[in-house]
Amino acid sequence: MKYRDMMKGLGTEKLLGMFRRMLEIREFEEKIRFLFLEGKMPGTVHQYIGMEACAVGVCSTLEDHDVIASTHRPHGHAIARGISMEAIMGELYGKTTGCCHGKGGSMHLGDLARGMLPAIAIVGGNLPVVMGMGLAFKIRKEPRVAVSFFGDGASNEGAFHEALNMAAVYGVPAVFVCENNMYGASTSIKRVMKIENIADRAAAYGMQSDIADGMSVLDVYAHAKEAVDRARGGEGPTLLELKTFRLCGHSRRDPNNYMSDEEKKYWQKRDPIPAFERLLLGEEFVDENEVDVIKKEVQAAVERAIEAGQQAPEPDASALYEGLFVNMEVPR
Amino acid sequence: MKLGIAEALRKAIHGEMARDPNVFCIGEDIGIPGGYGGAFTVTLGLEKDFRERIIDTPISEAGIFGAACGAALMGMRPIADVQYGDFLFCAMDQVVDQIAKLRYMSGGELCMPVVMRAPIGVTGRGAQHAQCLEPYFMSCPGIKIVAPATAYDAAGLLRAAVRDDDPVLMFEHKLLYGSKGIRAESGTVDASSEIPEEDYVVPIGKGIVRREGTDVTVIASLLMMHFSLKAAEMLEGEGISCEVIDPRTLWPLDQELILNSVRKTGRVVIVEESPKQGGLGAEIGVQVAEHIPDYLLAPVTRIAAPNTPAPFSPVLEKLYVPQPERIADTIRRLMEEY
Repeated sequence: MKYRDMMKGLGTEKLLGMFRRMLEIREFEEKIRFLFLEGKMPGTVHQYIGMEACAVGVCSTLEDHDVIASTHRPHGHAIARGISMEAIMGELYGKTTGCCHGKGGSMHLGDLARGMLPAIAIVGGNLPVVMGMGLAFKIRKEPRVAVSFFGDGASNEGAFHEALNMAAVYGVPAVFVCENNMYGASTSIKRVMKIENIADRAAAYGMQSDIADGMSVLDVYAHAKEAVDRARGGEGPTLLELKTFRLCGHSRRDPNNYMSDEEKKYWQKRDPIPAFERLLLGEEFVDENEVDVIKKEVQAAVERAIEAGQQAPEPDASALYEGLFVNMEVPR
Repeated sequence: MKLGIAEALRKAIHGEMARDPNVFCIGEDIGIPGGYGGAFTVTLGLEKDFRERIIDTPISEAGIFGAACGAALMGMRPIADVQYGDFLFCAMDQVVDQIAKLRYMSGGELCMPVVMRAPIGVTGRGAQHAQCLEPYFMSCPGIKIVAPATAYDAAGLLRAAVRDDDPVLMFEHKLLYGSKGIRAESGTVDASSEIPEEDYVVPIGKGIVRREGTDVTVIASLLMMHFSLKAAEMLEGEGISCEVIDPRTLWPLDQELILNSVRKTGRVVIVEESPKQGGLGAEIGVQVAEHIPDYLLAPVTRIAAPNTPAPFSPVLEKLYVPQPERIADTIRRLMEEY
């Protein structure tokens, strides 16, 4: 087994922490899917089912003072970064207890105090911002790393080009993590890109690049660790491509009919959560009973978060005008 | 010390960078030794004192404003500029979706102390290096907009903008910079001022009465403010007394200053260099009409560019931009009719 030594190095507590986070994301997403379909949750949702290894693998390499930025599909990143499920659920319900006090919603989850910028839901929009965070760390000589999560679709945006070129030119401590889940909404990446790997685009900027298996949390961790260490060590940014797949629709009620059954089956077999569970059991970091306990605890935690989100107070009407400027009232 | 706007801005930026190590400049051609100091010499030579905080960029406007956004979120105070305001359109997502909205989206948790500088004005370059963009950004909540017409205000507003914890967009007029050497502009209007040595600020949100009068309130910023003063001089000999107001800040508008003046004169004329439809005049005019309709002796009057892009032909350009004579004619007719 390729990562036996790395697993020993990480230790039981860290590994089970990663497993628990992945379970939390899956359970959270499965539950809110039903809440949404039942009409009990406002807004729209873009879910992260199947991609849990990406967020958890990358975020497990980070320190508290590092910063991540996410996309319109941010639930997994928020949980992986350690924002409480109560605060996330509160935000999905638009309540005052939400991590953005109900002003952000599903697509803008985040809490900078906990190392996650409120998610930027414009495809490719966070890349220049992350480059700028890295620039600030570089100017101030702070040993911090900025991480951008984005999808395959974002790599076709102009902002991707500007941000990666500038990040490479300035050598900023950033990691650009492309979660290539093979589809931009319903459009296969093969229809809109003539090369096999998004990572290959890094060559155009003189930037380091790497590819990892986005369905293996350990492979993601190993490659992300190298990229993060390079960034922190002053060796500049990396474009890290994670090959992954959405085991769910793009948003809301999408039945993903644009994916073939064969393709769905192939990726379903590679579901990162059972794979990691088998590995943890096989390498004897955990036994069946302990797995059951963790799963029950996760289910209970998600239930508590849902309950808290539903019970939390709605914002006052006055909140409409609050929080735009630091030192002035909104003119009326 | 008498300085033009470009020199006054340079002095103010230098001072801000010296007093706060978090202030930095980012833009195209701003600190290249042997270069221009930005398109209009504002940052000329600053790299000699602040090499690590004058960030020259590729031609990547989304990158520039994204970088400013990210750095500001991490506690820095960027001054980001474009060579021509028109290029802001290349950065609109970063400016409008990120810089303007992130604080609100975060429920008021984040600070976005970004200063954005953009030269505007219809100046012999055709349609794409000419636009007066104020109206676009006046409908974008989350950005304060300032527009200095004098060197004194430019330095004071720049300092206020850098020290402000919210995003501030400063529009500067190409014909008012007083740029020298190879970057000098033809048709320049003198906007120089005596600049005090002390560290002063011009508060954001406060306009100023440039000329007192009793018959008609003329509201104009940047180049149009200077043209309106000229028109007021022409009309003085004919017995028409114009009060000229320079808003200095366009968002938030100094509504009280404007309304108090119109309460006195009963007539309001707004002069702007951007197209008439959906412009500055439309906004200010409606604010006046909404709040003090009973004081109006005459209809709200707008003097603006036509609803077309800016033409190149110097003959057409002169017809496009409201000139002092046209401003005076319009006010004269208004006074005759009402």
